[in-house]
Amino acid sequence: MGFTTTITEKVQVIQGDGYQMADQFSNMTVENGQEMCTDPTILGFTVFILACFVGYYVVWRVTPALHSPLMAVTNAISSVIIVGALVAAGGEFFDVSKIMGFIAVTLASINIFGGFIVTQRMLHMFKKKD
Amino acid sequence: MSANLSAILYLVASVCFIMSLRGLSSPESARSGNTYGIVGMVIAILTTLASGTVLSFEAIIGGILIGGAIGTLIAKKIEMTALPQLVAAFHSLVGLAAVCVAGAAFYSPEAFGIGGMEGITTSALIEMGLGSAIGAITFTGSVVAFMKLQGILGSRPLVFKGQHFLNLAILIGIIYGIVDMTLNGEAFMFWMITIAALVLGFLLILPIGGADMPVIVSMLNSYSGWAACGIGFTLQNNLLIITGALVGASGAILSYIMCKGMNRSIINVILGGFGGGAAQASGGPAVEDDRPVKQGSAEDAGFMMKNAKTVIIVPGYGMAVAQAQHALKEMVDNLKRNGVKVKFAIHPVAGRMPGHMNVLLAEASIPYDDVFELEDINSDFASADVAFVIGANDVTNPAAKTDPTSPIYGMPILDVENAKTVFFVKRSMSPGYAGVQNELFFRDNTMMLFGDAKKMCEQVVKAM
Repeated sequence: MGFTTTITEKVQVIQGDGYQMADQFSNMTVENGQEMCTDPTILGFTVFILACFVGYYVVWRVTPALHSPLMAVTNAISSVIIVGALVAAGGEFFDVSKIMGFIAVTLASINIFGGFIVTQRMLHMFKKKD
Repeated sequence: MSANLSAILYLVASVCFIMSLRGLSSPESARSGNTYGIVGMVIAILTTLASGTVLSFEAIIGGILIGGAIGTLIAKKIEMTALPQLVAAFHSLVGLAAVCVAGAAFYSPEAFGIGGMEGITTSALIEMGLGSAIGAITFTGSVVAFMKLQGILGSRPLVFKGQHFLNLAILIGIIYGIVDMTLNGEAFMFWMITIAALVLGFLLILPIGGADMPVIVSMLNSYSGWAACGIGFTLQNNLLIITGALVGASGAILSYIMCKGMNRSIINVILGGFGGGAAQASGGPAVEDDRPVKQGSAEDAGFMMKNAKTVIIVPGYGMAVAQAQHALKEMVDNLKRNGVKVKFAIHPVAGRMPGHMNVLLAEASIPYDDVFELEDINSDFASADVAFVIGANDVTNPAAKTDPTSPIYGMPILDVENAKTVFFVKRSMSPGYAGVQNELFFRDNTMMLFGDAKKMCEQVVKAM
């Protein structure tokens, strides 16, 4: 009998330890989970730095003869802020932010159309003429 | 559309933009590069419209129609000589659009998912302030640059006492404003920051002279990118961050190349005051206008070039002003028919924006294979019979190598002096932008051709 009691006791102790460990593990996962979820600003910053490097290496390869088209096309693509303007202009109600969104959409559109067309015109001149 | 799908489509658009810049590495692939850019933009816009955050479409359609029509009209009509103004004007629009988007995000953060009734998240507030401030600086700075390039404002630098301290004070004010706005989230501070940045942009570009315009246009290009980045951080949109960084890097590299082309530091350019008058004081007694120069006629030039083996043409902004590129092309064709080898030499800062001269020559149907950059052609002058300098001056001035007191000392120049004969097509003996007299005018192997660049080319053609 004494033998069984000790075994039961031991099992209970082990069980208790198991619960404790499980608790600890689950706590750790929660903590880790919080650490894994990086602040969006940091993620944005990561993307930003990598994009700077890409930009650096790509732009150095642009031939100097095409530096004017480069400016015109970068001008056009920087108007991709229209993405933000669309959300504002597409608001449900007529308010300050809708007006600002509308202005921004208009301005960015001038740039997008103007920028790409003027780049196209310039590049057309650099065609081989034979 | 799910958020994941939009994110992936935005990534595709980002890659398109990278490919668009990559395409510009050679004239052959450049047009496909532009197509990539357009495709990227279309993907970006359609993705946003389909993402579910856009609830009504009237304002959007209206804005795109109006803006698209204006942009198309301007881009089709613009003269290539006016390209720098156009780019400056376009930069200003990006800046203003960035301010508007930041403002819109400030007033309805819930639409952008960056905060709700309880207020906007701290990081979004910081980024919003930065985005709006950079956008505002880009806007007014570009407007001033536009006015200078267009000739509405004089190209002379406008300098006053305490200017730099005033700028610094405003900058500190802006930083303080951003901190304050982040802590309190008040609309008043948002507008104060924006107004202060508008004033700063204006003051920053005013003191910069006409000669430095290529750097300034590039720098504002860079700013417009950083403004887009700021907005990208605010809205947590990777597409905007990537594109902004690409544009920012591009503008920064172009500014660096332009600065190197003039042997100036970017700080020196930003502090301003260069070009127009200021140089005379430091140039000192080197300016001697009464020395005799050899004046030639169109007939002399035509005769000498026709009988030359190789002619190198050095075009400058003066050529663009006189719209002489087509007349020049005719002259070149004439020479080529006579078996003369003709090349073009382009200084990095020729024209008023990076690569401007290449575009003007390409517009006149001059093959780009005949056009060379400074480091590729400089050694060829020694074996050239004639150097024909048309509308350029400072970029050929040997004082940049020999006279340490000269304001242009250290600037890389085209060694036209090594050619057997040098022709300078100029309207008068007046010095260039840097305000320095060109020693070459007084050399024995130099001949001055006084007159309008376009008329002179036509006369030379006739004489041949």
